[in-house]
Amino acid sequence: MAKERRTPSGLEVKPVYRAEDVSADPVRDIGEPGQYPYTRGIHPGMYRDRLWTMRQFAGFGTAKETNERFHYLLRQGQTGLSTAFDMPTLMGYDSDDSRSLGEVGREGVAIDSLRDMERLFQGIPLGEVSTSMTINGPAIILFAMYLAVAEKQGVPWAKVRGTLQADILKEYIAQKEWIFPPEPSMRLIVDMMEFAAKEVPQWNTISISGYHIREAGSTAVQELAFTLADGFAYVEAAMARGMDVDEFAPRLSFFFNSHLSFFEEIAKFRAARRIWARRMRERYGAKNPRSLMMRFHTQTAGCSLTAQQPEVNIIRTAYEALAGVLGGTQSLHTNSMDEVLSLPTEKAVTIALRTQQVLAHEIDVTDTVDPLAGSYFIENLTDRMEAAAEDYFRRIDEIGGVLRGIEIGFFQREIADAAYRYQQEIDHKERLIVGVNAFVEEQEERIPILKIDPTVERSQRDAVQAVRQEREQAAVEAALEGVREAALSGRNLMPPILDAVRAYATEGEIVRTMRAVFGSYREAAVF
Amino acid sequence: MTEAEEREGTRPIRVLIGKPGLDGHDRGAKVVARALRDAGMEVIYTGLHQTPEEIVEAALQEDVDVVGLSILSGAHLTLVPAVLDLLHAQNMDDVVMVVGGIIPEEDAEELRKLGVKAVFGPGTETDDIVRFTRASVGRA
Repeated sequence: MAKERRTPSGLEVKPVYRAEDVSADPVRDIGEPGQYPYTRGIHPGMYRDRLWTMRQFAGFGTAKETNERFHYLLRQGQTGLSTAFDMPTLMGYDSDDSRSLGEVGREGVAIDSLRDMERLFQGIPLGEVSTSMTINGPAIILFAMYLAVAEKQGVPWAKVRGTLQADILKEYIAQKEWIFPPEPSMRLIVDMMEFAAKEVPQWNTISISGYHIREAGSTAVQELAFTLADGFAYVEAAMARGMDVDEFAPRLSFFFNSHLSFFEEIAKFRAARRIWARRMRERYGAKNPRSLMMRFHTQTAGCSLTAQQPEVNIIRTAYEALAGVLGGTQSLHTNSMDEVLSLPTEKAVTIALRTQQVLAHEIDVTDTVDPLAGSYFIENLTDRMEAAAEDYFRRIDEIGGVLRGIEIGFFQREIADAAYRYQQEIDHKERLIVGVNAFVEEQEERIPILKIDPTVERSQRDAVQAVRQEREQAAVEAALEGVREAALSGRNLMPPILDAVRAYATEGEIVRTMRAVFGSYREAAVF
Repeated sequence: MTEAEEREGTRPIRVLIGKPGLDGHDRGAKVVARALRDAGMEVIYTGLHQTPEEIVEAALQEDVDVVGLSILSGAHLTLVPAVLDLLHAQNMDDVVMVVGGIIPEEDAEELRKLGVKAVFGPGTETDDIVRFTRASVGRA
């Protein structure tokens, strides 16, 4: 007898699927594109009406260099911007902090004050592009800087479009770049949601992210379940603040990984939309259809790339991108082949963008909506992904919710176990990876990689010190005192943080002010 | 370790897995920590965002044979020499230092020159790391 087959999440895969494997109520479960429960996509016409946004994540060195890469990508036909910040910016340290040594501009762009943000978007009219910012712990500060740049460009906030990642729960669960403890972090998110609902109506205040959960080693089922559980937690937090669900839910967006197991990924995307729509309507009483529609960005799986025979990564990425498109994504980042070695070169990032353009224009997968609907296997797998996620929701409820799960290390342990299993499967050749444990080449060819200019750190350190010299110090101190007062009183922090960035207070100064009130966080690491 | 263990060489190999710097990528560090533990070694994992001082202090307190640093932030040419210098200052030059993460080959050569015994990049099998670790402390 042939060995049984399973998806990487452990769901059994039969040799053949038939009509009896599909839902008895296809109208209820599959439905129509653009209609509840949105299994088939959130728009009736999907890519026939509008292609997905091609959004390559970029950021390295100084604001000036990243600005040049942005202009390059826009010239190549990219349709949205996506900003990568360096580690000190993500963790709330200025470039001249001792904790920043060796890290400035390495993994993204260094932003210390509004001065850097002005340079980052120089020549890019903020009323005309949408910008995604991968920033979490200090999201509220970078959001304020972006809005301050819009003011300086004379662009009204009502016209500003973009997305903050700002999903702090997945930081404690997976990506581990936090600043404050979970509770004040949740408050900052609700402050942003409340502010944006009134002042920046086209802004997506949070991008609830499974991407990093998957990169940390979770399965597709865990990515689906933990991400949606986080989403429910944000909805509950905003409702607890007294906001109406339909006031903020239309601006929630999601971010998923697209990994190698093609059909399981497609089923995951379809199941995600259905679970969200059902829960938003049935549990939270949302009435606006936009509150029920899960919009999401997809990035191909960085963790599926190999350092061995790196050009083969182009092929992996293309299949993963196809799964994202067949799953109905609203925007897409395709990884560059060299991202397992360093930040991407211009050549590598161009090939990655071209991969999306081939997908959009040459292979005709955009001509009909949700072409895989009704496939016995896809529908069956979609149902089972949903059921497996529901099992996790029950377990999370039993342990007392997401924050409690983080506190007791539930998610961290589930992910570490899955990551270890995956590595063992590779080590034991139960899973073959071309170039790693099969079809290995003795002589590996080296490809050129991007080098970060070693003078970046010094010039950025000098720049932030110059900003501190030039600004009006009394205004900075008054503004920081406003931040401190709001942190203590519970008043929305957005307005005082806007005042602080306008006065050229640095990110590190604002974070320090808040940390003095909120404290910091340390996890009990499990392995 | 007890004197008897030392005489007979039965003390398990003790390994500190450290995450210096600001990056939060701990998947590899945890997988390696667990593989070494499953291979019978005693493994201490520092947790994230450690300074070089904190790592060397832990290595000293825990009396480890091997220090493995996991770095995926690109800051390896700053952080690894800092840890090596501090180990040297503590007269701990006999501790075997290995590094894992996203390390370009040129930088890996540089690290080996500085005294790092091995650099493990993406795609390394955990069995290779276990074998290397045993051999590096003379327990092949």
